[in-house]
Amino acid sequence: MTGPLLEVEALEVRYGAVSAVRHLSFDVGEGEIVGLIGPNGAGKTTTLLAIMGGVPVASGDLRLAGRSIRGRAPEEIARQGVALVPEGRRIYGELTVEENLRLGLAARPERSGAAAELEAAFELFPVVREFRRRPAGALSGGQQQQLAIARALVARPRVLLLDEPSLGLAPRIVDVVFDALAEIRRRGVTVLLVEQRAQRTIGFADRTYLMANGELRLVLEPDDAEDTDRLVAAYLS
Amino acid sequence: MTTLVASFARDVVDLQVQIDAIGLGAIYALMAVGIGLVFGVLRLVNFAYGQLIMAGAFALALASEWDWPVWAGIVLCFAVVLALSVALEWLVFRPLRLQSPAVMLVATFAVAFLLQSIALLWFGPLGKPAASLVTLNRPVTVGSLEIRKVTIVAIVVAAICLVALVLLLERTSIGLHMRAASMDFTTARLLGVRANRVIASAVLISGVLAAIVAVMLTIQFPLVTPGFALQDTIVVLAGVVVGGMNRLFSATLGGFAIGYVSGLLGGALPTDQSQYLPSLLFGLVILVLLVRPAGVFTRGGGMVERV
Repeated sequence: MTGPLLEVEALEVRYGAVSAVRHLSFDVGEGEIVGLIGPNGAGKTTTLLAIMGGVPVASGDLRLAGRSIRGRAPEEIARQGVALVPEGRRIYGELTVEENLRLGLAARPERSGAAAELEAAFELFPVVREFRRRPAGALSGGQQQQLAIARALVARPRVLLLDEPSLGLAPRIVDVVFDALAEIRRRGVTVLLVEQRAQRTIGFADRTYLMANGELRLVLEPDDAEDTDRLVAAYLS
Repeated sequence: MTTLVASFARDVVDLQVQIDAIGLGAIYALMAVGIGLVFGVLRLVNFAYGQLIMAGAFALALASEWDWPVWAGIVLCFAVVLALSVALEWLVFRPLRLQSPAVMLVATFAVAFLLQSIALLWFGPLGKPAASLVTLNRPVTVGSLEIRKVTIVAIVVAAICLVALVLLLERTSIGLHMRAASMDFTTARLLGVRANRVIASAVLISGVLAAIVAVMLTIQFPLVTPGFALQDTIVVLAGVVVGGMNRLFSATLGGFAIGYVSGLLGGALPTDQSQYLPSLLFGLVILVLLVRPAGVFTRGGGMVERV
């Protein structure tokens, strides 16, 4: 066992005078799915954006495979193998589904093999293949979410960050998304999953961190999914 | 006023005036693309665009003075405009990229006046003639029409440039990245799109178009002064806003439309009243903006989001 693939160490992020993330440390091992849960405003999205270089880090360090990525530009971090499925999907509605996917290829270091990556994404999300020629804005919310995950996957990332992929989706589509995540796990992609669906995430992930007020409060194992009293206490603390 | 309207109506059916107006529209469309491309990725209105054209025109004038062949003058024009574009990108656009649009606009004003002042110092207020290209301004007779060669060249070159640009934007990776960056730059960067490469590409293409426009305008107006292309740039900027600034397509159409209407109005006005052309044109611009504030060629067109 070598060191963890993604390390967050004593991370501090501030928006002006407000501390959004305080002294946050955790790591994600190769091939693991790690959950990050917590109430609104806990600092989950800020943590993902800090990893991607999307917000400035006040102090602490972020390492990918042992090398610091703190202060790097988002495009550099993406090209080093970290892909983000952002909150709200951030699909390019005026571009076609296929053009959105081709944008995901921008982060791939090598030029060859793009067709194989697109095919693998189509296999995982047949609906994306079906509507590949349509404007992405014409897809339903669930279809757009599948496209957003497919777009991140075609970059063949070493670490996939997902920010609330089930937000606003019908229960049936949430199942589709979690089935896809299970398949992504089988393909060996390391995943950091931010979610509001606490119990489902705890049961699904190898390990789940609970954040509140910008700090890490609990580390939960899959067996803790049914421990609602502990969860509620942590959320309300 | 009645006379002017009647004269304008005559122009609309006069093929000679139509061709000249389309020629001017074609040149303004190229300028609109150059301005619109940079605005798309940087949200920056490059007021210094006219001075890039002016610098290219002075390069042609110098080449003419040194008796260089026409092709060498054109190469010098492209070299000067592209070098200035790259310098502008490195020294101004890139460091200020994350600043507010107001800061960037003021910076381009400063660059515009700096370049104009340098031209004034180097070449004086009377400027220099670029005589070597004048033959292209002579007319050819087609039936009853006398069409200047430059009008034909302008229309053909603009059409080729616009088709090439569409192919670049639609068929290549860098084109896709530029389109994505113009819609949502933050997400594009998160996906691995290289911000600096996209911006440099937009600025370079914009520079190529500025050089082409410099050649076209110098053929038509061979006396190059420090104020060269300044008024054209202001008119095109108005056209870009009237067309719809948020989309390259609508901005380009806006540029073409204002050039075309300017050509028609110029034909309708008696020679001794041609000084009223800008007033008439900008009066029309105000009227159009009152009716369609979001742009004539954009969908919807009601409310404009304030930034």
